[in-house]
Amino acid sequence: MMPDMLSSSLQIAAPELILAIGAMILLMIGVFMGEKSAQTITGLSVAVIIIAALWLILVTPLGVGFGGSFVLDPFARFMKILVLIGSAAAVIMSVGFAESERFNRFEFPVLVLLSTTGMMMMVSAGDMIALYLGLELQSLAIYVLAAINRDSVRSTEAGLKYFVLGALSSGMLLYGASMVYGFTGHIEFTQIAAVAAESGRSVGLIVGLVFVLAGLAFKISAVPFHMWTPDVYEGAPTPITAFLAGAPKIAAMALLTRFTVQGFEPLSDQWQQVIVFISIASMAFGAFAAIGQHNIKRLMAYSSIAHMGYALVGLAAANTEGVRGVLIYMTVYLMMTLGTFAVILAMRRRDGMVEEIDDLSGLSQTNPMMALFLTVMMLSLAGLPPLAGFIGKYFVFMAAVHAGLWPLAIIGVLASVVGLFYYLRIVKTMWFDEPAEAFVPMAIELRAVLWVTGLVVFPVYIFVSGPIFAAAEAAAKTFF
Amino acid sequence: MTDWPILSTVTFLPLVGAILILFIKDDNELARRNVRNVALLTTVFTFIVSLWIWIDFDPADPGFQMVERADWIGGGITYHMGVDGISMLFVILTTFLMPLCVLASFESVKVRVKDYMIAFLVLETLVIGVFCSLDLVLFYIFFEGGLIPMFLIIGVWGGKRRIYASYKFFLYTFLGSVLMLIAIMAMYWNAGTSSIPELLQHKFPASMQTWLWLAFFASFAVKMPMWPVHTWLPDAHVEAPTAGSVILAGILLKLGGYGFIRFSLPMFPIASADFAPFVFTLSVVAIIYTSLVALMQEDIKKLIAYSSVAHMGFVTMGIFAANEQGVQGAIFQMLSHGLVSGALFLCVGVVYDRMHTRDIAAYGGLVNRMPHYAVVMLIFTMANVGLPGTSGFVGEFLTLIGVYQVNSWVAIFATTGVILSAGYALWLYRRVIFGALEKESLRSILDLSGREKLLLYPLVALVIFFGVYPMPVFDVTAASVENLVNGYTAALDAANSGSVAALH
Repeated sequence: MMPDMLSSSLQIAAPELILAIGAMILLMIGVFMGEKSAQTITGLSVAVIIIAALWLILVTPLGVGFGGSFVLDPFARFMKILVLIGSAAAVIMSVGFAESERFNRFEFPVLVLLSTTGMMMMVSAGDMIALYLGLELQSLAIYVLAAINRDSVRSTEAGLKYFVLGALSSGMLLYGASMVYGFTGHIEFTQIAAVAAESGRSVGLIVGLVFVLAGLAFKISAVPFHMWTPDVYEGAPTPITAFLAGAPKIAAMALLTRFTVQGFEPLSDQWQQVIVFISIASMAFGAFAAIGQHNIKRLMAYSSIAHMGYALVGLAAANTEGVRGVLIYMTVYLMMTLGTFAVILAMRRRDGMVEEIDDLSGLSQTNPMMALFLTVMMLSLAGLPPLAGFIGKYFVFMAAVHAGLWPLAIIGVLASVVGLFYYLRIVKTMWFDEPAEAFVPMAIELRAVLWVTGLVVFPVYIFVSGPIFAAAEAAAKTFF
Repeated sequence: MTDWPILSTVTFLPLVGAILILFIKDDNELARRNVRNVALLTTVFTFIVSLWIWIDFDPADPGFQMVERADWIGGGITYHMGVDGISMLFVILTTFLMPLCVLASFESVKVRVKDYMIAFLVLETLVIGVFCSLDLVLFYIFFEGGLIPMFLIIGVWGGKRRIYASYKFFLYTFLGSVLMLIAIMAMYWNAGTSSIPELLQHKFPASMQTWLWLAFFASFAVKMPMWPVHTWLPDAHVEAPTAGSVILAGILLKLGGYGFIRFSLPMFPIASADFAPFVFTLSVVAIIYTSLVALMQEDIKKLIAYSSVAHMGFVTMGIFAANEQGVQGAIFQMLSHGLVSGALFLCVGVVYDRMHTRDIAAYGGLVNRMPHYAVVMLIFTMANVGLPGTSGFVGEFLTLIGVYQVNSWVAIFATTGVILSAGYALWLYRRVIFGALEKESLRSILDLSGREKLLLYPLVALVIFFGVYPMPVFDVTAASVENLVNGYTAALDAANSGSVAALH
C-alpha cells in the first residue's frame, strides 16, 4: 500500500482510532489507579466518545480506505453517530448505578469503548473480513460486559449464555462467509454483487447468504435467533442492558443492511424472503411473548425483538424508501430505548433496585414527570401518533407498501395492536393503579437522558425531523 | 387579519391552556380552583375564537377555505389545514361542547383535577385537528392521537370496570385504524400525494377502491360505531365520567361519519356504490336491533349509549344514500346528536352526582322534587326521539327521504326504528321522572343548581332553535355537499359508461 493511501485510509478511520487509543490509555490509567478510578474513567470515556463523534462529523472525509475494506459513506456516518450516541448515553447512565450498587468497575467504560470501536468497524465494513473483525470485537467486549457482575449468578449466567450462543452464531456466519467466498471468489461486497449479477444465483451462494443472515439475525436478536435476549437483558446489570439494547442493535442492523443491499443487491428476491420471514416472526413473537412478562427488563427484551422486526420491514422492501425507513426507525428506536432505560435505572427504592412492572404502580401520583415521560416512551414504542415511534413505523411500512409486500405490512400493523396491549399495561399500572412506595429521587444524569430523549420523542422531533430525514434520505441513496 | 392562521390558532389554543395548567402546583383547594378556571377560560376563549371561523366562512365556496400549508416531515407529509362546509360546523360543535364538559366536571371530578383538565384540553386540540387537517397523514395523527387522552380519562376517572372499558375502547379503535394506515400508504403511492384536496381529484382504479374502502370502513365503522362492532361503546360510556361520555357521544362518534363523508364517498365512489347495500343492511340492523337492546337496559347511560348506536345508523344510511338530502341529513343528524346525546349524558350526570347510581330502578317520581330537571330532560328525550320541532327530527327525516329515493325498503325498516326509539326513550322518561316519589333516598334530592342550568339551558335553546330553523346549518353545508354529490354521481356515470363501452 502506498504511504499516501495509508494516510488517507487512516484519516477515514480516525474516529475508530481515537476510540481504540482512548480505550488503551484509559485501561492503563485504570490498571495503575485501581478500582477507585472508575468515576474518572467513566467521565474520560464519555469525553473520548464525544471527541470521536465530533471528529467524525467535522473532520473525517468520506471515502473508501484500506483497499475497500473500510467504507465511510453517508450511510455509515449516520449509523455511526447513532452508535456513538447510544454508547455515550449508556456510559453516562451508569454513573449513579455504579455509586449506589457498589458497581465500581473501571473495566465497564473501557469495554464499552472497545465494543463501540467494534461497532463502528461493523458499520463501515466493506468486505467480509472487516465484517467479522468488527463483529467479534464488539461481541467479545459484550460477553464480558454481560458477566461483569462476577458475584451475581444471574449476571454470569447471562454472560455465559450469550457467549455460547454468540460463538455458535459467529460460527454460522463464518461458514456462510466462506461459502460466499468460495462461490464468488471475492470478499468485498461490491465485487460479490458484481459476480452475483453476472452469474446469477447458485445454490452455494444462497446457502452462504442464508448462513451469514442467520449469524447477523442473532446479533439483532431477530426470531428465530432471539433466545438469548430475555435472559441476557434480565441477567446483565441494568446499565449494560441499556447499552446492549441500543448501540449494538444499530451496528448490527447497519451491517445487515449493507451486507444485503450492497453485497447481494442482484439476489434481492432471494434474501427478501428470508428477511420477510424473520421480520414477521419477530414482530409476532415479540408482541405475544411480551404479554405475560412481569419483569420490565424482560419485557423490554421482547419489545426489542419486536422492534427489530419492524425495522426489518423496511429492509425487506429493498428500496431507497426501505433503507431510509430503517435509518429513521433505528434513530427513533435508540431514543425510545435510552429514555425507557433511564426510567428503569431510576426504579430504585431505599432498599435497592426494583424491576417488576408492579413496582411502577401509581407512579403518576408519586412522580408525575417520570410517569409522563415513561408514558410517552411506551406509547411511542407502541407506535401511536403523534409520537416519534409512529413516524418510524410509518416510514418502514410505507416502504413495504411501495414494494407491494402486503402480507408483511398487514401482519406488521396487526402485531402492533397486540404490542399496544402490553405497553398499555405499563401505562395502566402507572396511571390507574393505587400508588406503591415512591422511588428515591432520580439521579441527575438519568434525568438529563430522560428529558432529552423524552423531548425528542415528543415534541422536538416535529421540528427537527426535516434535516434528520434529509440526512437519512441521503444516507439511503448511498446504495441505490 | 386575513392571513392570520385561524385554524392553527383554534387547534392549538387548548394545548396552550394545558401547558399553563401543567405549571400550576396541584396541592390544595385553591390550586384546584385555579386549574378549573384556567381550563374553563381556555375552552371558552377557544370557542369565541372559533366563532371567527364561522363569521369568516364563505358559504358559497364549496372548496377548502382558510387553508394553511407548510412543509413538514419529508416523505410527503405536510402540515396542511383547512375547512369546508362539511368540517367547519364540527369544529364549532367541538369548541362549543368543550366548555360545557369542563363546567360539568367542576364538582364531579375531585381527584387529580390537574391531570383531568390537561387530558381534556389535549383531547380538544386533537379533535379539532382531525376536522381541520387536509393531509391524510396529519389526519391520521390527530385521529389516533385522540385515543390517548380518552384512554386516560376513562381509565383514571371512570367507574368500577374502567380498566376493562378503557382497554376495550383503545384496542378496538386502534385495531380498526391500523388497516386504514396501510390504505393511506397505498393511496400515497398511487396518487403521489397525501394532500386531501389533491386526493379528492385523483381517480383510484376500481379494484383498488374496494380494498381502500374496506380498510377505511374498518376504521370508521368501529369509530362510528356500526353494528356489530359497537360493543366497545356501551362499556366505554358507562364507565367514563360524565364529561367523558359527552365528548365520546358528542364528538368522537362523529369522527367516523365525518370520515365516511370526507374520504369513503368522494375518493372511492365506485366501491361506495358497490358497498352501499351492505352499509344499508348494517345500518338497518343497527337501528332496529340496538333500539330493541336499548329497551331492555337497566342502566341509564347504557340505554343512551345504545340509542346513540341506533342514531348513528341513520347517519351511515344517509351518507351512503349519496344524495343531497341523505348527506345533508347525515351531517345535520350528527350535529344534532352531538347536542342531544351530550345533553342527555349531562342530564344523567346531574342525577348521578346526587345519587351515585345510574340504575333506572333507583329513580322514579323525580318530577315532584325537580321540575326544572323534568322539563329539560323532557325536551332532550323528545329530541332524541326525533319529535318535529326539535333538531332530532330534521336529521332523521332528511336521511329517511334521502334513502327512500335509493331503496324504499331500507327507509321503511329504518322508520320502525323511529317508533322503537320513542318506545325506549319515553319508557325511560316515565320510569325516571314520572310516578310517585316513593324511594326514601330521593326525598331530599335538589333541583338543578345554577351551574347545571348554565350547562343545560343553552343546549335546550339550540336544540329547539335548530329544530325550528335549521337553515344556518344548511347554508354552510349546502355548497360543499352539492359539490360532493355531483362529483360522486359524475364518477359513477363515468365508470358505468366505461363498463358499458367495454361491453360493446
